[in-house]
Amino acid sequence: MSVGTLSWLDDLRAKGRARFAETGLPSRKDEAWKFTGLNKLRALGLEPSGPPHGLSGLSGSVGPLPNGVALGSLAELLRRNPAIVERHLGKLIDVDRRPMAALNTAWIEDGLVLIVPDGVVLDRPIETTWASTGNETVYPRHLIVLGRAAEAVIVERHSSKGGFSNSVFEIALGAGANLRHYALHEESEAALVTTTIAAEIGRAATYQTFALTAGGGLVRREIEARLVGEGGSVRVDGAYLVDGRRHADTTVLVDHRVPHCSSRQTQKGIVDDHGHAVFQGKILVRPGAQQTDGNQSSQTLLLSRDAEIDVKPELEIHADDVKCSHGATSGRLDENALFYLRSRGVPEREARALLIQGFIDGALDEIDHEGVRETFKAAAAGWLAKRVAA
Amino acid sequence: MLEIENLHASVDGREILKGLTLSVPSGEVHAIMGPNGSGKSTLSYVLAGREGYEVTAGRATFEGKDLLAMKPEERAVAGVFLAFQYPVEIPGVPTATFLRTAINAVRRARGENELDAIQFMRLVRGQAKKLGISDEMMKRAVNVGFSGGEKKRNEVLQMALLAPRLAILDETDSGLDIDALKMVADGVNALRAPDRSMLVITHYQRLLEHIVPDRIHVLAHGRIQRSGGKELALELERTGYAEFGENAAA
Repeated sequence: MSVGTLSWLDDLRAKGRARFAETGLPSRKDEAWKFTGLNKLRALGLEPSGPPHGLSGLSGSVGPLPNGVALGSLAELLRRNPAIVERHLGKLIDVDRRPMAALNTAWIEDGLVLIVPDGVVLDRPIETTWASTGNETVYPRHLIVLGRAAEAVIVERHSSKGGFSNSVFEIALGAGANLRHYALHEESEAALVTTTIAAEIGRAATYQTFALTAGGGLVRREIEARLVGEGGSVRVDGAYLVDGRRHADTTVLVDHRVPHCSSRQTQKGIVDDHGHAVFQGKILVRPGAQQTDGNQSSQTLLLSRDAEIDVKPELEIHADDVKCSHGATSGRLDENALFYLRSRGVPEREARALLIQGFIDGALDEIDHEGVRETFKAAAAGWLAKRVAA
Repeated sequence: MLEIENLHASVDGREILKGLTLSVPSGEVHAIMGPNGSGKSTLSYVLAGREGYEVTAGRATFEGKDLLAMKPEERAVAGVFLAFQYPVEIPGVPTATFLRTAINAVRRARGENELDAIQFMRLVRGQAKKLGISDEMMKRAVNVGFSGGEKKRNEVLQMALLAPRLAILDETDSGLDIDALKMVADGVNALRAPDRSMLVITHYQRLLEHIVPDRIHVLAHGRIQRSGGKELALELERTGYAEFGENAAA
């Protein structure tokens, strides 16, 4: 049975297609895309003009799964158990406000599905990889649903040599659930990636995401986290290492809809050469969402004159008993620290590398999962070693 | 060991050192005392090679080599060590990593083998213990969250590990209570050696009770105004720096 015969899925795709036909690719005239242009897509001949071609993979051994856990490819689950997919797919993402998600929805085909029943804890990270070697265009569609008090760890790994991946994650977390969602970008500069994440966080549930962007000509992560149950918490953290002519964009909306929730966004990065980093972080506190604790901060090291960072913090608060803060700094390596190291015999080049490494490690220490933290530290060290050798 | 002749140096276009001349023979401990703003810290930074300190005239040689022509790291390799008045915090870099990087950079430049992790720990543990520096402190980021005393002890530890020929101690007593001061002074005294000179820079006589110098020089208005034996410290303690033009408020 072909996936295409499900009428609800056809309707969903049609909605995405219609919306994308209206908007087209976002341009810098769109407020949310002011600092990020998609002209690299055109330059690389990757402009979307039809269905995607290529496959998004799922790998990593997760061992035997507990009863009731659904883990596998979306295409396969649509064949085996379309009803369970229908219950969730397309329910969390608003394609009207998110043009790249509309494009993804127009061509829903495959991706990762993880459905974890109540009370089930999956310790070992589940990996999705995108490792294209050519000029593929892929629109992976991922669906993560955790039941009450369920826990899981997801790791996206991007290591393509080229192509364009425009993925969407829809994430629904039941009461007390805990999802740790990590992303590692190590693509070459010819690979472009846009990821849209819509997460709905239930009562006392936790969603933590951390992305290390050490590769990719253009990487944009657009995250919308909605706190819909009291006591929920969200962390959107990341580290970006942007050199060459690369571009890394993290755009976040944390939507506090109910009281007693907390959110934190901590972004740290290094921009060198002609690199360009963007962090747009918004905290929205809806009327009645009292006792909200929201914080966002960004810290950027600029290592060259042509390096660029655009930070746009935004607080929109409609409740009176809340604690919200934001702070952003950008600057060069600490000259005092540099002199201190050199006065101890460390050559300037090595001293700079050590300071950069320290800054990165400080950012990666935010990662809760030890195995993931070590993997990401190794990736960051790899980026740094390449840079020092260059 | 250290010969300074008619040294003039400016910061942001303002002349701070105005013809300073000083000689520190091998194995001797000399103190530089002086009022605030006399140029004490400028002298230490000029000798260590900090950027922004412009030497406009004069010379400084270390064991016959032109010190001022060397990069900061080259001075360290040659055997010059500056214990900072305000040790710098380096978030994200563990103290042990910092020490090992420094030791191995110096060893490499001197043509010696680099130390592996085990050799390094063996070397550091003994020195650290003497200075009351715990393994836990070694894991913390350099100077981050350290107390004033911990920071200064960490400076002395670095000095012990790098085994310099000339140690410049810039206001090592500042911010220390008497117990911390004793600990730091003991650490420094343990490093006194016939082939090691020290330049102890301080505003107060207090430190010199614990690190007793061979000679004392009074620095004011950018020049050495007077030199003498260790008894000069006691005299300065009584009279203050008034004779050298410091007003009472300073």
